[in-house]
Amino acid sequence: MKKENKIGNGVRGVVAHIVLIILSFMCLFFFYILIINATRSHADLQKGFSALPGNSLIKNFKAVANDGTFPMVRGILNSLIVSSLCAAICTYFSSLTAYGLYVYDFKLRKAAFTFIMAILVMPTQVTALGFLRLITNMGMYDSLLPLIVPSIASPAVFYFMHSYLQSSLPISLVEAARIDGSKEFQTFNRIVLPIMKPAIAVQAIFTFVGSWNNYFVPALVIQSKNKMTVPILIATLRGADYMNFDMGKIYMMISVAILPIILVYLFLSRYIIAGVTLGGVKE
Amino acid sequence: MRKKVISTLLATSMVLGLTACGGGSSDNGSSNAGSSSAGSSSASSASSSSEQSDGEASADLSKYVSSTDEGKVINIWCWNDEFRTRVEKVYDQVESTSEDGTVTKLKDGTEIHWTVNPNQDGVYQQKLDEALLKQADAAADDKIDMFLSETDYVTKYTDADADVAIPLDALGIDPNSDLADQYPFTKTVASDASGVQRGSTWQACPCLFVYRRDIAKDVFGTDDPDEIHAKVADWATMKASGEELKAKGYFTLASYADTFRAYGNSISKPWVESGSTEINVDQKIMEWINDSKEWLDAGLFDKNIKGQWNDDWNKAMGSKSKVFGFLMPAWGIDFVIKPNWDGKEGSWGACDGPLSFNWGGSFVHGCAGTDNAQHIKDIIMAVTGNKDNLITITKEYLDFTNTQSGMKEIAEDASFKADFLGGENPYKYFQPAADSIQMTTLSSYDQGCVELIQNSFSDYFQGKVDLDKAKANFEKAIKERYPDITAVNWPE
Amino acid sequence: MKKKKSITRAKWGYLFILPFFLCYFIFSFIPLLDTIRYSFYEYYRSGLKIVGPNFVGLKNYAGILGPDLFRYMGNTFILWILGFIPQIVIALVLAAWFSDSRLKIHGEGFFKVVIYLPNLIMASAFAMLFFTMFSTSGPINNLLMDFGIIKKKIDFMGSVGGTRTLICIMNFLMWFGNTSIMLMAAIMGISPDLFEAASIDGCNPLQAFFRITLPMIRPILSYTLIVSLIGGLQMFDVPQIFTNGQGNPDRTSYTLIMWLNNFLKAPDYGRAGALSVYLFIVSGILCFFVYQMMKDDDQDGSKKAAKKQKKLAKQLAKNA
Repeated sequence: MKKENKIGNGVRGVVAHIVLIILSFMCLFFFYILIINATRSHADLQKGFSALPGNSLIKNFKAVANDGTFPMVRGILNSLIVSSLCAAICTYFSSLTAYGLYVYDFKLRKAAFTFIMAILVMPTQVTALGFLRLITNMGMYDSLLPLIVPSIASPAVFYFMHSYLQSSLPISLVEAARIDGSKEFQTFNRIVLPIMKPAIAVQAIFTFVGSWNNYFVPALVIQSKNKMTVPILIATLRGADYMNFDMGKIYMMISVAILPIILVYLFLSRYIIAGVTLGGVKE
Repeated sequence: MRKKVISTLLATSMVLGLTACGGGSSDNGSSNAGSSSAGSSSASSASSSSEQSDGEASADLSKYVSSTDEGKVINIWCWNDEFRTRVEKVYDQVESTSEDGTVTKLKDGTEIHWTVNPNQDGVYQQKLDEALLKQADAAADDKIDMFLSETDYVTKYTDADADVAIPLDALGIDPNSDLADQYPFTKTVASDASGVQRGSTWQACPCLFVYRRDIAKDVFGTDDPDEIHAKVADWATMKASGEELKAKGYFTLASYADTFRAYGNSISKPWVESGSTEINVDQKIMEWINDSKEWLDAGLFDKNIKGQWNDDWNKAMGSKSKVFGFLMPAWGIDFVIKPNWDGKEGSWGACDGPLSFNWGGSFVHGCAGTDNAQHIKDIIMAVTGNKDNLITITKEYLDFTNTQSGMKEIAEDASFKADFLGGENPYKYFQPAADSIQMTTLSSYDQGCVELIQNSFSDYFQGKVDLDKAKANFEKAIKERYPDITAVNWPE
Repeated sequence: MKKKKSITRAKWGYLFILPFFLCYFIFSFIPLLDTIRYSFYEYYRSGLKIVGPNFVGLKNYAGILGPDLFRYMGNTFILWILGFIPQIVIALVLAAWFSDSRLKIHGEGFFKVVIYLPNLIMASAFAMLFFTMFSTSGPINNLLMDFGIIKKKIDFMGSVGGTRTLICIMNFLMWFGNTSIMLMAAIMGISPDLFEAASIDGCNPLQAFFRITLPMIRPILSYTLIVSLIGGLQMFDVPQIFTNGQGNPDRTSYTLIMWLNNFLKAPDYGRAGALSVYLFIVSGILCFFVYQMMKDDDQDGSKKAAKKQKKLAKQLAKNA
C-alpha cells in the first residue's frame, strides 16, 4: 500500500515538474522575447524574429531616455508615486473599513456590508463618463489626484481584509487592549495593523500592480505630458506616428516600464507567498 | 516670377521685423495682400496694438483673438514632430529648440510649446476637441494658438459653424495672391463650405506607383519607369500585368487597403452631404469593394496582409517580400518604404500609377482665441506660402511641397536625383500627377467612413462574411462612431 | 453588558467606515447617478458640435437593446469562460502540488515566483507581443514551418477560433499565477490532520483532493470565481489591442466594454449611459447569485471558526 503510494508520488512528481517547466517556459518566454526585441534595431526587427540579442541595446535605450515627447523617467516617477500612494491608502483604508465593520456593532453594519458586496461586481467603466465630468468640475482634470484618492474605496480589497480579520483577529484581543486603556484608533494602528501585515503585503502588491498597469482611468484624466503614467506613455508612443516608428524603441520602453515593477515584485514576493498563506486561513 | 519677388520681400521683411522688434517700433500692419508680408511682419512687436489700425481684416480678426498683444507662449498642437522640424528649418525667427523637442524659442523671446498627441485611435482629435471646447476659459498662455489637421478630418475644423480655425484673410493672408502658387486642390480642401480658406498646407500628396526594380526586370525584362507605367496604366492593364507577376510568384500590390485611396478620392458625391445625416456610399467605393475582392481572389494581393500600418504590411516592403509595388505619395517613399527596406539602395523605382490621387497632407490652422495672431501669420506664410522655403523643405525632407512653380522647377531639374529610387527624379511624375488632382467631395465624416469601410469589408474580402453582412457591419460601426447618422444608402 | 458597550462604540464604527463611504459616494456614486441621468437624454458630440442634452425617455435603451447586446454579452462570456476554465483547473492542480508535503518539488520557490510574473506586464503590452508573435509572417508561423509541422502559414487572427483562443491564452497566462497563489493559501489552511486521517483510511491523492481539498476551499474558490467574473465582465484591453478595436472577424471577439468604449469615444453620452445601466443590471444579477453563495459560505465558516484559530496559530508558528 505504502509502496504503491510512493510510486504514485514519483510519477506525479515527474508530471508536476514537466507541467511546471512548461508553464514557466511560457511565462518567461515573453519576457525573453521582450528583452531580445529591446536589443534589436527597427531594421533588425523588420527582418523577422531572432532568438539572439541584437546590438542596439544602448541605441534603443538612448532613444527612450532622450525623447522629450515621451518623458520616460518622468513617467516612471509618476507611476511610482501613483502606485505607491494607491497601494498605501487603499490597503490602509480597506483595513480600517474592514475593522470598523468587523469589530463594531451598529445599526447600519449589515446594510453597509451588503452594500459593499453589491458594488464589488460593478465595472469601473460604468461610471467613467460621470467620473470624468465630476473630476473636471472639481478642477482635478489633468492631475494625479483622481488616480489616487478613489482607491480609498476598493470593495475587493475590503472583502479580502474582512475575511482575513474574521480568521485572524479574535475580538478578545481588541477587548484586552481596551481594558489596557488603549483608545479605539490607537488599537487599530498599534495592534490590529501589525497583525494584518501579511494581508496588507499581499493586497499592497496586487494594488500596486493593478495601478501601475491601469490604462483606462489615466487615459481619461491625464492630458499633459509631464503627468502621464507609464501605460499612457507606451500607448502614446505606439500610436505616435508611422512616420518615425521604431519598434526597437517601443520594446525598450516596455522593458524599462516593467523593470521597476518586477524589482518591487521580486522584493515583496516572499511576503506575498507567506502572506497569502496566512490570509488563506480564512474561508 | 512675381512669387519670387514676394518671397524675397518676405525674407527681407523678416529681418526687418526682427530689427523693428528690437527697436520697439509699432509699425502698422497692412491688410493689403501683396505687401502684407512685408508690412505686418514688422508689426510683430509685442507691445504694439497695431492690429486695431488695420483695415477690414482686423475687424474680422478681433472676433478670433483673445488679446491683440502678442502673448509670450505659442501653443501648437500636432501629432508628431513633422511640422516642428519644418518650422525649425525655414522659419527664420527660430532660435533654438530644447533637446527634448517640447519647446522652441524664437528670437523675440516668444516660446513655441509643442503639444503632441498620437493620431492613432483618434486620440489627437479627442484631446484637441476637449481643449477647443475649453479654449474660452483657458489661461492666456494655455490657449491653443495653432493646430494641425489631416486631410481626412480637416473639414471638421474648417467648418464655418464650428469657427475654430481662423480664416486666413482675417490673419492678413490673402489666399488668392499670397498663396497663388499653392495647388488649388489643397486650398479647396482647407476651405469651409462657402469657400473661405481656413488653413494652409506645405505639402501636396500625389501618389505614384513605387515598385521593386528587381521584380520588374525579372517579370517584364525592364525597370524603366515609362515602360512600367505602361504595365499599370489603368486598373485593367494592371490586372493583366498582375497575372504575369503572379505566374512568377509575385503579388502586384500588398493589400486591398493600398488601392482604397485611389478609388476613395474620386467619389462623385461627399460621404455625407452638407446638412444631411445620411451616408452615401459612392459607386466608386462599390467598385473598390468588387475589384478588391476580385483581385484578392485572383491572388494579386498577398492575402496575409490585412490593411496598412501593421507588421505584415511593413514586412511587405522588405527584401524578402514578393510584393511588386505600392501606391505611395512622396512621404510614403521616404518615411514608410525606406525605413522598412533592408536591401540595396536604389532598388526601387517610381512611375505614374493607374490614376492620380492624393493621399494625406497636414494642414496648419490659426486657432480662434489665440493671442499670437501675428506669429501665426508669419509661421503659416513661412512654412506654406514661401516658394524658397518650400523648395528647401523638398530638398531636405523630400516632401512634395505646395508650390506649383517650385515643383515644376524640381521636376525639370536634371540634377535632382533620389538615390533610393535608383537615381530617378520622381518629381518628374509627381508634378503632373499633382496638377490633375481634384478634391471637392470632402465631408467631416470622412475619417470614420474611410477607416470603417476598410475594416468592415476586410472580413468580406477574406471570405469570412458575405457582402450583406459586411454592409450591415459597416452600418453598425458608423452609427457607433457618429451618433447623428440616421441611414446609410448603398448604390444600386 | 456587551451590548451596552457596543452601542457606546457605534460612533467609532461609523467613523471607521466613513472614509470608504465618503470616497465611494463622491467618486463612484455621483458619477453613477450622472451616467444614469444622461442615459435618458440625447446628448452627443458630432465633430465640434454638441447636440443635446434633450430628454428622450427610453429611446437610448431601446436602441441598445437588440440582438447585438446579447451577442456581445455572449462574446464576453465565451472569452471569459474559455480563459477561466483552464485557469482554475491549472491553478487547482498547481496549488495541490505546491501544498502537498509528500510531493517534493525542486525549485518550488522559483516556480511560485515565476507563475505570477505575467501578471506584471500590462495587458496592452502583452497583447501587442502576442499580436507580433502570431501574425502571419511572425515567428510562431515561421517556427512551425521550419519544423515542418504545418505546410501553409496559419492565419491565426483571421479565424474566429484562432482569435478567441489566443485571447483566452493571454488571459490564462496573465491570471493563472494569481489564482494559484490564492488557492495554495486556501489549501494550506486545511488541517494536515484531515489528510493524514484520509491517508490512513486508504484514500489516494486524487480522492483526497476531491473529497477533502475541494469542499474545504469552496469559499476561496467562490472568491476566485467572483474576482474572475468581474474581470471577465470588464474584459477590454486584451481584445481591444489584439483585434485593433474591431473584435474581428465579424465582431466575434467584441466585448461589452469594447462597445461601451466606442460610445465613450464618439462621445455619445446618451447611449454610453444606457449601455452602462444595462451593464450595471447584469452586474447586479451576477452579484445577487454571488451574494447567495457567500452567505452559505459564511454560515459554514462561522461553525468552524474555532478550528480555524488553531490552524492559524500553527501556520504562524510555521512561518515564523
